[in-house]
Amino acid sequence: MNHVRTTINGEAAEFLCEPHQSLLECLRDILGLTGSKEGCNDGNCGACTVILDGRIVNSCLVLGVEAQGSEITTIEGIARGSELHPVQRAFLEQAALQCGFCTPGFIVAAKALLDQESSPSEDRIRLWLANNLCRCTGYDKIVRAVQQAAARMEERKA
Amino acid sequence: MKRFDYASPRSLEEAVQLKSSHPQAQLLAGGTDLLVQLRARRKATDLVVDIKHVPELNALNYDPARGLTLGAAVPCYRIYGDPAVRRVYPALAEVANLIGGTQIQGRASAGGNLCNAAPSADFIPLLIALRATCRIAGAGGSRTVAVEDFCTGPGRNVLQPGELLVSLDLPRPEPHSGARYLRLIPRNEMDIAIAGAGVAVVLDDGVFRSARIALAAVAPTPLYVREAGEALAGKPVNPESIQAAADFARAAAKPITDMRGTATYRRHLCAVLTRRALEAAVQRARETR
Repeated sequence: MNHVRTTINGEAAEFLCEPHQSLLECLRDILGLTGSKEGCNDGNCGACTVILDGRIVNSCLVLGVEAQGSEITTIEGIARGSELHPVQRAFLEQAALQCGFCTPGFIVAAKALLDQESSPSEDRIRLWLANNLCRCTGYDKIVRAVQQAAARMEERKA
Repeated sequence: MKRFDYASPRSLEEAVQLKSSHPQAQLLAGGTDLLVQLRARRKATDLVVDIKHVPELNALNYDPARGLTLGAAVPCYRIYGDPAVRRVYPALAEVANLIGGTQIQGRASAGGNLCNAAPSADFIPLLIALRATCRIAGAGGSRTVAVEDFCTGPGRNVLQPGELLVSLDLPRPEPHSGARYLRLIPRNEMDIAIAGAGVAVVLDDGVFRSARIALAAVAPTPLYVREAGEALAGKPVNPESIQAAADFARAAAKPITDMRGTATYRRHLCAVLTRRALEAAVQRARETR
């Protein structure tokens, strides 16, 4: 067993895990943070996307032990209390989800994009989200939601 | 995944020692190939050695005199985010931004792409074209191998038990030089090349002084086509010379037919991609001083 100390969604979090357990397994099965989803478990679908030390990664392709000392943001840390993040609100308003399984990954990835670029082009959004698969929406509504969130966040800054 | 132990050495000496005492150990950089292979039981190990905390494997330094030192574990996002790489080796930044998606680029490394030794690996043809060499460390000291000699078969390379790849070293590009990697994938992103071509050219007053051309996904290993580059040396920069080199590339390819494409289509792609990559590299060479 390894003792891993991290910061998850702004709070200190420690857990015990075996070296072969993925970060996704640690989040879901040990810490009870089940918002991150296991889709393909091989890095293709992006449903398990989390922000690890400022970069989005597929948490199924990270070992829990690798997270030692790192800072992690999961879908559970995107809203501020009961106030949804602009990306979350835009997903609801644009109906950018149907079954919802891919949604946590998309929202975490989109939030990370808007943290570093305030008004990405449609092409930029599609490229950034290429590692997130959605089998329901056809992506257009997701892209529109990210554009709407970007516009709202800009307005708020102005 | 099956159980394994985990070690996270902090120095190259410690990493080499671990690799020497555990020949079956698997090295972990970004894990985007390794963890998939362990989970699918295509690889097995009782020890995973995380080499991301070894300083030499994390180095990314450009020195105008010596060229680029690219630590084997440096992830793609650091490569394309590095101002010197973007300025001096723009084709390398492009490839780093081409592999996988954003999440994969946050972890996957050029060194891992090379050690994984897939025939379709996107970094390798360009590294060959750019004359990159591999610095390899082992218990007996270090050695250097040209990238074109590194892969020995699908998933196999020249590393001996106890050895590990430390860095890729790229010479400084010559004046009036340019490089480019092009590939064809069925989707827009996140796919494996049906074929790819990496090229680098050096121009001298309307003439090719030298050129290097390598291909992806058309042989058991990434394929350095020496004769295609040599055919260009001393030739005028014109469509006929470029087409002749592209024909050499097509002739050198030894593709198979699989679910991604037929051998015939891949041969055709070798010529088209080589021609287009050469045109782009020439353009780049004309724009650089």
